Amino acid sequence: MPKTLFDKVWDQHVVTELENGQTLLYIDLHLVHEVTSPQAFAGLREAGRRVRRPDLTYATMDHNVPTDNPHHVVDLIAKKQLETLAENCRDFGIRLADLDSPHQGIVHVIGPELGLTLPGKTIVCGDSHTSTHGAFGAIAFGIGTSEVEHVLATQCLWQARPKTLKVELTGRLQPGVFAKDVILALIAKYGVGFGTGYAIEFAGDFVRGLSMEGRMTLCNMSIEAGARAGLIAPDEVTFAYLQNRPHAPRGAEWEECLRLWRELSSDEGAVYNKVVQMDVSLLEPQVTWGTNPSMGGSVHSLLPEVAAPNSAFSQQDLQNAYAYMGLSPGMSMLGVPVQHVFIGSCTNGRIEDLRLAAALVEGRRVASHVRALVVPGSKQVKQQAEEEGLDKIFQAAGFEWREPGCSMCLGMNPDLVPAGERCASTSNRNFEGRQGRQARTHLVSPAMAAAAAIAGEFVDVREWMQGKELNRVGSIQPA
Amino acid sequence: MLEAFNQHRGKVAVLPNANVDTDQIIPKQFLKRIEKSGFGDVLFYDWRYDEKGQPRPEFVLNHPESQGASILLAGDNFGCGSSREHAVWALRDYGFRAILARSFADIFYNNCFKNGVLPVVLSEEAWDGLEPIRQGVLRELEVDLPGEVIRLPDGKSFSFTLAAHAKMMLMEGLDDVGVTLRHQQKIDRYELYHRVAYQRVY
Ligand code: SF4
Repeated sequence: MPKTLFDKVWDQHVVTELENGQTLLYIDLHLVHEVTSPQAFAGLREAGRRVRRPDLTYATMDHNVPTDNPHHVVDLIAKKQLETLAENCRDFGIRLADLDSPHQGIVHVIGPELGLTLPGKTIVCGDSHTSTHGAFGAIAFGIGTSEVEHVLATQCLWQARPKTLKVELTGRLQPGVFAKDVILALIAKYGVGFGTGYAIEFAGDFVRGLSMEGRMTLCNMSIEAGARAGLIAPDEVTFAYLQNRPHAPRGAEWEECLRLWRELSSDEGAVYNKVVQMDVSLLEPQVTWGTNPSMGGSVHSLLPEVAAPNSAFSQQDLQNAYAYMGLSPGMSMLGVPVQHVFIGSCTNGRIEDLRLAAALVEGRRVASHVRALVVPGSKQVKQQAEEEGLDKIFQAAGFEWREPGCSMCLGMNPDLVPAGERCASTSNRNFEGRQGRQARTHLVSPAMAAAAAIAGEFVDVREWMQGKELNRVGSIQPA
Repeated sequence: MLEAFNQHRGKVAVLPNANVDTDQIIPKQFLKRIEKSGFGDVLFYDWRYDEKGQPRPEFVLNHPESQGASILLAGDNFGCGSSREHAVWALRDYGFRAILARSFADIFYNNCFKNGVLPVVLSEEAWDGLEPIRQGVLRELEVDLPGEVIRLPDGKSFSFTLAAHAKMMLMEGLDDVGVTLRHQQKIDRYELYHRVAYQRVY
């Protein structure tokens, strides 16, 4: 029987299956960070258990690392969490990219960058955006802290096989429109629940033409569509990205891997539980205006009426969203002033994102009322950007150039948006309070964020794209 | 060991909003602790307290009639957003043993029964039938896990379903790792034999 990519990877990892449909799934890579792991290690200690496969486990510090001076952790609890992770990694024999490591960064940026993320793997992490790694043809999903403990102890997880959803993306983007706009538009069109219970496979000629960075952006936000996992069949783009990365196989092993990985695509005639299609050619730059990622649309579209029939949102939800965001129906996002701009996160904190933003801000100045931050996703991204002089471009334009971490994506470190102020953010969540109490978050692409920083308000970045071929820029090539 | 769940009768707190996300259930400033307990005090913090840390009288958990509630009645897509398990710890630590909702976000739902909290997905009929609770006419109900049924004091009852594995865990108060270690030999075998084809790869 023809199989989907998801089924192939899943079937290779079944340890045992119960009659109730629960599968004990073997995990090839377990990524760990400081926030969701302390209680898991505490649980192991209480029960006198060990980590079954420390060699398949890798830890980093990212969520509450200060990005101005990472070693100056003022928040005592954050400090405690960072120290606890270091201690746990020492005690249980786990590799750790700590604050001094050149490999430190956001967990979903460093996994691929280090070649830990590989096609055909099962990958978990106590963070919902683990779906990012699916861009390499891996089954990757976020887990809770009890599950972190479970994987540490057993290297396995109980899972019910999700249904499969194929999202077929066709067409070619207009200049100034990016993968981020595609995933925001998909979620705006189909809602935050359309992937619930499914693993999404992104396919179609649009996906094949995307860089790994773009693919990761798509998979990263699968969780915002309700799907725990999003994946893309590996191809030459994937292999070129991975070759020679620190933990990627080499030599004869590499050749053997390529042979196995080339099998990892959905068979002709494979059946999905659901299929949706979207042509990306006419998409306009997207901006969210509400308090979940589906409350968004083109920067030109008019915000929905509260009492509109057939609305995807209840009257109450819309009223709450407008009150929180300080917006009203019938207006558009075009020209709405912003006070903060955040370029970074595991959605858009990679080298391609920074190159794009830098190209747009070069020779321009951040508007005087805007505070703009660039936070590279990892030490390696930062280093590469500095080698290319991007840091100078950003700083000359008035951006702050920071150390790697999650930063303003969730404001667990001191990078917060003050109450009532507006932030154009390249992150993935616009929930109430995500970037600070009463902070107003608008999710956008790095290009839209960069343009908003300069203009001081939301603009249509397509008008800024003249002479800039920015849709296809390559990944960092490992040295 | 967790507390075993069988029949539970308790007071209901009503929070019918859709898409209550884990950022609301437990705001991120409280995630930095390294313990598992004590999160109940900060459950729904931003909705429960104002900027000065004073209780907001309009929020349901601050209503006098909600004090001591052990069952939460919620709307659609409860627990969406970040995968933080602290959300369930906070609900549990506050005293909630069961959460009845129109629907749940996946990760949150799974996190519930790992922590001895019963998540009940309400049928359309059950949701309608709980109208007297939402109106505050009735304030208590009974959740019968072995029988998979909810009973109202007015005599009405509604059935629900739960996967057998999840049900067994809640009823036996079983820790997840303990369940899995019964399969240890299979895991050993998987690593030894099945992975031969891939061992060089991973
Ligand atoms: S950047 Fe944001 S979404 Fe990504 S791992 Fe960090 S906190 Fe989570």
